[in-house]
Amino acid sequence: MLRRFSHLFVLFAVMLVVVIILWSLTGTDFMNLGNLQSMAYQMPELGILSLAMMITMLTAGINLSIIATANLAGIVMALILTNESMLASLGDVGTMMVAIIAGLIVAGLVGILNGFLISRLDMSPILATLGTSILLGGVSIVLTQGYVISGFSPVMLSVGSGRVLGVPVPLIIFLAAAGVMGLILNNTPLGTRIYLIGSNPVATFFSGVNNRSVLMRTYIISGILSGVAAVVMISRFNSAKADYGESYLLLTVLASVLGGVSAAGGFGRVSGLVLSLVILQMISSGLNLMGVSNFLTLALWGVVLIVVMVIKYVIENKVQLRRRAA
Amino acid sequence: MKTLLRRHEAYVLLIIIVVSIIITAVNPSFFSLENLFDLLKSMSLMGVFAIGMLFVLISGGIDLSFTAIATVSGYAVALALLRYGDSLNIFVIFLLAGAIGILLGAFNAAIIYFFRIPSIITTIATSNVFYGILTVLSEGKWLYGFPTWFGDFANIRLFTLYSPAGNPYGLSIVTVIWLALVLLAWFILRYTVLGRSIYAMGGSPSSAERAGFNLLRLNLFVYAFIGLMAGFGSVIQALLVQTVAPNSLVGKEMDVIAAVVLGGASLAGGTGSIMGTVLGVALITLLGNGLTLMHVPSQWYDVVIGLVILVSVGVSAYRMRKNIQRRVITETA
Repeated sequence: MLRRFSHLFVLFAVMLVVVIILWSLTGTDFMNLGNLQSMAYQMPELGILSLAMMITMLTAGINLSIIATANLAGIVMALILTNESMLASLGDVGTMMVAIIAGLIVAGLVGILNGFLISRLDMSPILATLGTSILLGGVSIVLTQGYVISGFSPVMLSVGSGRVLGVPVPLIIFLAAAGVMGLILNNTPLGTRIYLIGSNPVATFFSGVNNRSVLMRTYIISGILSGVAAVVMISRFNSAKADYGESYLLLTVLASVLGGVSAAGGFGRVSGLVLSLVILQMISSGLNLMGVSNFLTLALWGVVLIVVMVIKYVIENKVQLRRRAA
Repeated sequence: MKTLLRRHEAYVLLIIIVVSIIITAVNPSFFSLENLFDLLKSMSLMGVFAIGMLFVLISGGIDLSFTAIATVSGYAVALALLRYGDSLNIFVIFLLAGAIGILLGAFNAAIIYFFRIPSIITTIATSNVFYGILTVLSEGKWLYGFPTWFGDFANIRLFTLYSPAGNPYGLSIVTVIWLALVLLAWFILRYTVLGRSIYAMGGSPSSAERAGFNLLRLNLFVYAFIGLMAGFGSVIQALLVQTVAPNSLVGKEMDVIAAVVLGGASLAGGTGSIMGTVLGVALITLLGNGLTLMHVPSQWYDVVIGLVILVSVGVSAYRMRKNIQRRVITETA
């Protein structure tokens, strides 16, 4: 029990340290309401995409197509949202509903495609999702001819910038997604099986679990989450494009690993991921306030990812050595 | 196993022939010696990268940072050319680029080996580190205006023919460099202890270690080797376009991995051949060239490439699974 929460505890300590360092470096700017709010608007996109990455990593897989999926779903939604005749007949709200449902269906279909390639054809997740990512990128470019689609109705924009009881809508969407994901992972047979497959697929198979269907559902969930991220993304940018958010891919892996998800599968919880996202967002806002270049921040993320993995390796090795000694 | 591999390469060759026939049917100018040499020249860059990727895949790893490594070494080469221009020669340039590549590749290997971090996570991270730092330092500037000897070297042909329209063409020096590297890689993989131990490590790292192979040395070699190829590739890219831009190579890693996997290498490690890799590169390049010749709008390029990757890799994964099933059934029966 204690071990399960020890990673969370470390994360929490790291978060406090980060807050103190950034607070002292940036002065009062860091903790003012404006900055906190802008963080609350920026984090959800990355957060939802990280959930999509995390669930596949739990099965010892990976989904390199989440960004491409989100962009394609976003473009499909944008095409419907800017469709004049649709707007005329259904009104702003009706069109938005249709667009969001269509986008989520597209994202789900991509999930089915990934799931099919990985669970039925036994393709390695890296290859399958690399392939779909190229394919989806191509489809997105064909659909948009490389242009930006923009100009949505105010109702749609309120999804990205609105507030309910003072809480930004994107944050509500993210928390809901994280809550549902936590429920699925902790309280359903599917969740248990996802962890089991990540730890030992062969043993899981021989204990009567249908590995294929679990993997299929994992990738469908991952796809739909990418679609949800797309809703937040396009409403915040007021546009959709074939190559938005490409640098998010590294960040989703980083957020998952920092949050305690094992790259070998089987371990990791949603609460850890949420904490690690908060830390990442604070660092990124802090660097931004200090005027650090985006590319340097990107390089820094790479360094952080490696350092986190190294620390984990050292800690795990120590635990094993101690156990062997005892 | 050997016959299976041979069969896989035969499949790729068959697809290449079918694709060629289709392209020729639409546009007869595809089937000319001039276009063939053109194709060979445009294959060279991806071909050099693919050799490095093949080694990494055989060893059971993956490297997504080689384009970032190539960008760094390409930029260093360009700076050297601009500053010391005429006092350098092509060997120094290749040496410089190769040395930087080896260094960065060895850095990857050290992280992967000492901390047991999966190669995909390591190289996603380091590619952002390399690329991010380079972009900050270079401020995203394009470099051009290299010495004339550098431009002249790129135009060397082993022999020169003339097209009916009077345009000269022939076997480019760039292609010759690629083919020389292919021969070297073939020799290493096939006839040296080093090459065979890479296969052993990819097949099963723990068995290889117990059998006495030094995994640290093998990892260092494999990732330094793809670094070397990335360095050489960056010189070839600079030769071909005579410009170095920080963002010209990033994003190409998917195509290269696809080409190598099409050629029969598996991400699980332990399999793959240089012949298959050359064929895989040929197929991907052919598709790009063919789409242009068939006047397909360039937006469709990624759709076609993506489909080809998914279908061909899917089919071979499926066949592999059937094989394993059959073996399990016959062995247990």
